[in-house]
Amino acid sequence: MSAVFRLFELAGIPGRRVAVAVVLGALAVVFGIGLMTSAGYLISRAAEQPPILSLTVTIVAVRFFGLARPLTRYLERIVSHDLALRSLARIRSRFYERIEPLAPAQLEGYRRGELLNRMVGDVDALQGLYPRALGPPLVAVLAAAGAVAAAATVLPSAAAVLAIGLFVGGVVVPLFAWSAARSAGRRQAVARGELTADLIELLRGAPELVAFGREQDTLARVRAADAELVRLGRRDALAGAAADALLLLIAGATVAGVLALAVDAHSAGTLDRVLVAALALLALASFDAVVPLPAGAREAPGLLAAGRRVLETMERKPLVCDPAEPHPGPPRRAPVELVGVTAGYSDEEPVLRGFALRLEAGRRVALVGPSGAGKTTVTNLLLRFLDPVEGRVTIAGHDVREYRQEDVRAMFALAGQDAHVFDSTIRENLRLARPDAGDAELWAALQRARLADWAASLPAGLDTPVGEEGTMLSGGQRQRLVLARALLADAPVLLLDEPTAHLDPPTAQAMIDDVLVAAGERAVLLITHRPEGLDQMDEIVSLPLPVPRG
Amino acid sequence: MIDRRLVRRAGAVRALLAVDAALGILAALLVLAQAVLLARVAARGFEGAALNELTLPLVLLVAVAACRGLAAWAFEVVGRRAAATTLSELRLDLVERRLRDRPAALDGAESAEVATVAVGGVDALEVTFARYLPQVVLALVVPVAVLALVASIDLLSAGIMLLTLPLVPVFMWLVGRYTERRTRRRWEALRLLAAHFLDVVRGLPTLRAFNRGKAQAEQIARVGDEYRRATMGTLRVAFLSGTVLELAATLGIALVAVTVGVRLVEGGLGLEAGLTVLVLAPELYLPLRNLAAQFHASADGRAVGERLLELAEDAGARPSGTLTPPSPRDAPVRLEGVSFSYPGRDGEVIAGVDLELERGETVALTGPSGAGKSTIAALLLLFAEPTAGRLTCGGIDLAECDAAAWRAQVAWVPQRPTLFRGTVADNIRLGDPVATDDAVQEAAVLAGADAFVRALPRGYKTLVGDGGRPLSAGQVRRVALARAFLRDAPLLILDEPTADLDPAGADLVGRTVERVLSGRTVLLITHRGELETRADRVVRLAGVRALAPWEAATR
Repeated sequence: MSAVFRLFELAGIPGRRVAVAVVLGALAVVFGIGLMTSAGYLISRAAEQPPILSLTVTIVAVRFFGLARPLTRYLERIVSHDLALRSLARIRSRFYERIEPLAPAQLEGYRRGELLNRMVGDVDALQGLYPRALGPPLVAVLAAAGAVAAAATVLPSAAAVLAIGLFVGGVVVPLFAWSAARSAGRRQAVARGELTADLIELLRGAPELVAFGREQDTLARVRAADAELVRLGRRDALAGAAADALLLLIAGATVAGVLALAVDAHSAGTLDRVLVAALALLALASFDAVVPLPAGAREAPGLLAAGRRVLETMERKPLVCDPAEPHPGPPRRAPVELVGVTAGYSDEEPVLRGFALRLEAGRRVALVGPSGAGKTTVTNLLLRFLDPVEGRVTIAGHDVREYRQEDVRAMFALAGQDAHVFDSTIRENLRLARPDAGDAELWAALQRARLADWAASLPAGLDTPVGEEGTMLSGGQRQRLVLARALLADAPVLLLDEPTAHLDPPTAQAMIDDVLVAAGERAVLLITHRPEGLDQMDEIVSLPLPVPRG
Repeated sequence: MIDRRLVRRAGAVRALLAVDAALGILAALLVLAQAVLLARVAARGFEGAALNELTLPLVLLVAVAACRGLAAWAFEVVGRRAAATTLSELRLDLVERRLRDRPAALDGAESAEVATVAVGGVDALEVTFARYLPQVVLALVVPVAVLALVASIDLLSAGIMLLTLPLVPVFMWLVGRYTERRTRRRWEALRLLAAHFLDVVRGLPTLRAFNRGKAQAEQIARVGDEYRRATMGTLRVAFLSGTVLELAATLGIALVAVTVGVRLVEGGLGLEAGLTVLVLAPELYLPLRNLAAQFHASADGRAVGERLLELAEDAGARPSGTLTPPSPRDAPVRLEGVSFSYPGRDGEVIAGVDLELERGETVALTGPSGAGKSTIAALLLLFAEPTAGRLTCGGIDLAECDAAAWRAQVAWVPQRPTLFRGTVADNIRLGDPVATDDAVQEAAVLAGADAFVRALPRGYKTLVGDGGRPLSAGQVRRVALARAFLRDAPLLILDEPTADLDPAGADLVGRTVERVLSGRTVLLITHRGELETRADRVVRLAGVRALAPWEAATR
């Protein structure tokens, strides 16, 4: 239950707005009930053939309810959508604020893209918090209470039956729907996971499976997993479909019960006959209050699970923090050193052991080693995305933990193979490094990355969109854009993480030459597993593969 | 309403439509019965009947409610079951066609998306099949039945209903036309907003590296709020269509009630008839209102169906030939004036390539990135057909040959090899399912994989692939090389076999290619100088200048 409260707190849905939306929603339902009840009363009264003028008030009431219901519903929809959008914007920005200090070392998503997508999908799902989870039950309680109270003024026994019917329809049935959806979800989760994994493997590995003539084996596995999922899906349909059906049955039985009591009360002389039909119609219409509940209950387990995952991510404590009394930022030409550093990611073997490295102005250092040897860990340490388990990272002789993180990062400009290219324009991607940079500076950076001629040839120039993850660019253009961005940052240390990956040797060599010229007096750390540029380095540091376990 | 292709393709959908139609008629009759019974009991009660005189209609009323419940249950059960079955038909069909016709057509991200849709899409499809489709049937059947019964009781009320009913679709159409473009823009904006957020979260490490992490939080809040303001403007109009619909319904009910009331006063109509008409009035509009609501809710389901159909119906390649292909052991393999371009994309990847692989020859294929080297490998594996020219072995066009029989003679290491779920040994055995443990290890030694595999906690029995022990890119490549070496195939295609390998590893692979594989025909795709020296011959692929996507788009 506490997770639910924390989620509402996170969504920051203000109570006043919720109250307005709930009251409007309940009024819409009550007006609907009023329409049917007053119409039933009107017809019964008319059957007594009174003077037509005596019916005027009832006729006005019928027309009023007929007009008021749709208008109230309209207002309610506006208010509750506004609420959902407000909470989505708030959840997104608060989620972002909380995970910002965690990236990338404490968020697994960056190594497996799908996890990251799911995390963001979870956040987006929370916009349903008010319209699906909170709103309908509150509206139902309020409207149902109104209907029962109205019935109680004319026939308390009928009101009791109605209250029981609404309780069963509005609480028991949704609980049943919720539990059926949850247990079906649990049963199917494993089968779904299996099948998804098999399908991804089959589709992704299809070229190799077909080339080696082994696709039938994997296909047989997919078929088996598929058959199991279909079997579960068909079985779970029986219980899953029962909620709405139960609601119809309960509504019918309740109406029959109320009607029977009304008929009985009239024949016993305790109820005016014009109220018999009105009471039955009131009971019939009150079920409008609980109709939306089973659907919401079905979605609730998924929503809650998404919410729990979001909260879990948000509640992680950042491992890297600013000191209470930070040292003033280091001078521009300060040397950067890793001394006896052992580092790794939570509960895994250390990736680096007793590692040492020194970077200083004007010096070019290459870091080479096989994949998995921890080259990217070195940049993570330098940028203070990660603190070492043992040893220290220092700038100007002071441990980086003594500086503010911003001052540490201002020392470095990173052009990595993993560097993200945002789905925006060339200009916006460059200005990330220096938001106040003017066009002349942007062009100069492009020039130094040898991208200016290409950019100038584009019809939209700097305003050309680069596409999601830079998909509108070729591999080489993308890498040069990332490089231009790093050069624009004008930081004293340039970190180049595999800048030539997937380029052919002449292009790679030309690019390295350009970078080293453009780097000027900056310190350079070139991380690579390729030979290009190694002969231009002042020092080459090799990383061995960590010793495997066992 | 629902994609015709889906009806044609999925047997489960046809059965569902038939069952739904029958259930719809039953449900309509039950609606009428409920109204008649309710009005009967209320009217007799009004006249002073005792409860025990009305036992039968009251019991019937409960029975009718139970039957309505049963019908609704049946609607939903068949819908949900059809959703499960249909999605299964679609995904198996999709996968089989992919494997048969275009095995190399999906890239990594796309296959994950397709798999997710093909499994999780059932939730969305359930909404369409179990809620939307029944509503379509009910919206067609129930209003007709209600109108017929009301007309038999009271023509004037039927007339009022008939007048207000067309207002519903007409107004919906008018408002819908007015809001459609705005609504679409709104959805587009919503999608962009979600994409923007995802983009920012993905790029978070980069933002932080440039000290721009904090600034983005305000940006996200600001963009979200701007969007909300803009959206609420359109929503105020978009919601009008629903409001008009409800207004027509509630005013219709009010109008019927008042006219019935007036004629009751005048004695032109009985109470029971009047009550029947009144109870029926909301039932006339309810299916239409529900339909409008379900139409929006089922949009995802329809999109899922369309996406899978699109993929499944993606034009397949020509079926495989039937000739038994000659062996590259005995005959040279040739590319004769081969060109290739991706369907639907501008520009050729390769144009007029001639290449001959003599028996037992090692040919290094080099060239700049994007020159189409890997495309040649794909063509040699018959994953795609050349747009011009032909591939032959011993003079026989490979397009005429049985593709599986040809591939049985080829071993291949792709540029980005895949590890499958299973043990390391299973993964190497992909090259030859019946190989002995010794043969597997021998192949691993040749690929330089043996040392690291034996250092793993469970050696060759270590589970790898998704969910298993992660291997580095270089290790994966070594396993893939072992896989290819294990396969006793006369033609080897090695695509960048030494990428991600350290110099010693690359050297080992080079020596293996040179010595162990002598006698086999080897196509070595590389841009590394040291591997070229191992080849008998180096062919440089100049390549058509590849167009960047934006160039293709602006031409």
